[in-house]
Amino acid sequence: MEKTWNNKAWFFVLPVLVLVAFSAVIPLMTVVNYSVQDTFGNNQFFWAGTDWFTQILTSSRFHDALWRNLMFSAIVLAIEVPLGIIVALSMPKKGVWVSVCLVLMALPLLIPWNVVGTIWQIFARTDIGLLGYTVSNLGINYNYGQNPFDAWVTVVVMDVWHWTSLVVLLAYAGLVSIPDAYYQAAKIDGASRWAVFRYIQLPKMGRVLLIAILLRFMDSFMIYTEPFVVTGGGPGSSTTFLSIDLVKMAVGQFDLGPAAAMSLIYFLIILLLSWVFYTIMTNVGADATSKRSPQ
Amino acid sequence: MSAYEPSSHGEQRIPASSHSEAALGQRERAKTGHFRLKIFVPIFYILFLLIPIYWLISLSFKPNQEIVSGLTLWPQNFTLDNYRVIFNDPSWYETYYNSMLYVVMNMVISVAVALPAAYAFSRYRFLGDKHLFFWLLTNRMAPPAVFVLPFFQLYSAFGLIDTHFAVALAHCLFNVPLAVWILEGFMSGVPKEIDETAYIDGYSFPRFFGKIFMPLIASGIGVAAFFCFMFSWVELLIARTLTVTDAKPIAAAMTRTSSATGLDYGVLTAAGVLTIIPGAIVIWFVRNHIAKGFALGRV
Repeated sequence: MEKTWNNKAWFFVLPVLVLVAFSAVIPLMTVVNYSVQDTFGNNQFFWAGTDWFTQILTSSRFHDALWRNLMFSAIVLAIEVPLGIIVALSMPKKGVWVSVCLVLMALPLLIPWNVVGTIWQIFARTDIGLLGYTVSNLGINYNYGQNPFDAWVTVVVMDVWHWTSLVVLLAYAGLVSIPDAYYQAAKIDGASRWAVFRYIQLPKMGRVLLIAILLRFMDSFMIYTEPFVVTGGGPGSSTTFLSIDLVKMAVGQFDLGPAAAMSLIYFLIILLLSWVFYTIMTNVGADATSKRSPQ
Repeated sequence: MSAYEPSSHGEQRIPASSHSEAALGQRERAKTGHFRLKIFVPIFYILFLLIPIYWLISLSFKPNQEIVSGLTLWPQNFTLDNYRVIFNDPSWYETYYNSMLYVVMNMVISVAVALPAAYAFSRYRFLGDKHLFFWLLTNRMAPPAVFVLPFFQLYSAFGLIDTHFAVALAHCLFNVPLAVWILEGFMSGVPKEIDETAYIDGYSFPRFFGKIFMPLIASGIGVAAFFCFMFSWVELLIARTLTVTDAKPIAAAMTRTSSATGLDYGVLTAAGVLTIIPGAIVIWFVRNHIAKGFALGRV
């Protein structure tokens, strides 16, 4: 759509700016403030320069948490995106079952995150949980409280359970928007099922899938409550992701300086990666519009 | 989006796309014979989603003794005692009310401020618009863990700790950008000629916005409100930090169930079930817009 140039539009944006300034900029400035100072209590602060940043960037604790979180995000994306596409492709396209499917699938998305954690914490217990009980009765030595591998499996399965529906709903929205003519053309050309998917459905879903990947990446990179309830970051620190580590440092140990420095580094990493996704996304969107316009 | 809405005329109004989908399916069935298996994918997926929820519900109807003494697939000694505990104790059921209150407040604030901003982004180009839009989105990307401590200090300074308003305001951090994003998507789908025609017809901007434009994007407003509800309802880290007792959310009250004698699983699971119900009701209302809503109105 052609937009007119009008700087008065700023007035429309003003309420959002004021609100976000209050709820984001001021708190962020507090973080910046802490990240360059040291304190010995009594509200006395000393200039510490970039000490905290160096300390965080060279600490193996941060590296480990970052590496764990990147691994987690990669695994979760690698499972949820293909699974979400498969489920969306095999969903019914019309009738009452569509509503039923959509409502049931959206259900996990609306459960408070600590309740999601609680559900899986109980569900995976070997004594009172159906999953843990079944798995251990199959002769598998499963204990997410002691074995790091089991803890990882539990946290990943929980995240797949919790968030795959988001990918399904997005992919499904992309699928139902494909005009009938595309399928007819494919039929005339005698295209295989795979060709239909590869050259019609996947490109048409491209944009919404990028939104899905962007949202899933951001949220899996910020994950806190669910693994915290299930494993508490343990056993040891095997499921201590960045947010868990950060809260431990800021609230648990009250190391304000390092915690603030870590916050900023953490935020910058998310920002950088999300910017890359966002740039790709807007470019894909622009491509799609320019292709569509000659018709 | 009529393609998946249940048609009131039954078979007479089959959406066009289903024809060729069916034709495609037939061809595929003839070739591979696997077509019938397709229906099992969503069924298995939904089972996978529902079993853990069933387990939560089933535990909530069992007395604690039955829960810890051994595994039973359904409640043998069916009881409502766990729910009775919650509904008879004000410190339990008031948390439920607290959650509702701040979620609704957040929903109203977020949508109200996002509406004009989204209109500006969808209709006009102005100095720094693209940067501003991305900057707004960065707030959706901010890890709540980063904001826990500064939020606590900021809201303490304003004396807002333990008020519903504090949580509603804090949740605007991620809900306002999201609402702007969704509404902008829906508004861009409305042709600009409508605005111009209305101005030619002598409508003032507020009248045009309220009388003509808002009804056109009503589903978008519904979807944006749904998402604000959703993310405010599920968030706990910030909500718990900013509240002590008066505005404590129900999800945070669940930690009370652990005591010296161990976890009170019955009450814990009953409280869990109660937190699922509002979400389920809200999804039912927006079920026909949900797919498009998740695509942020941009399919």
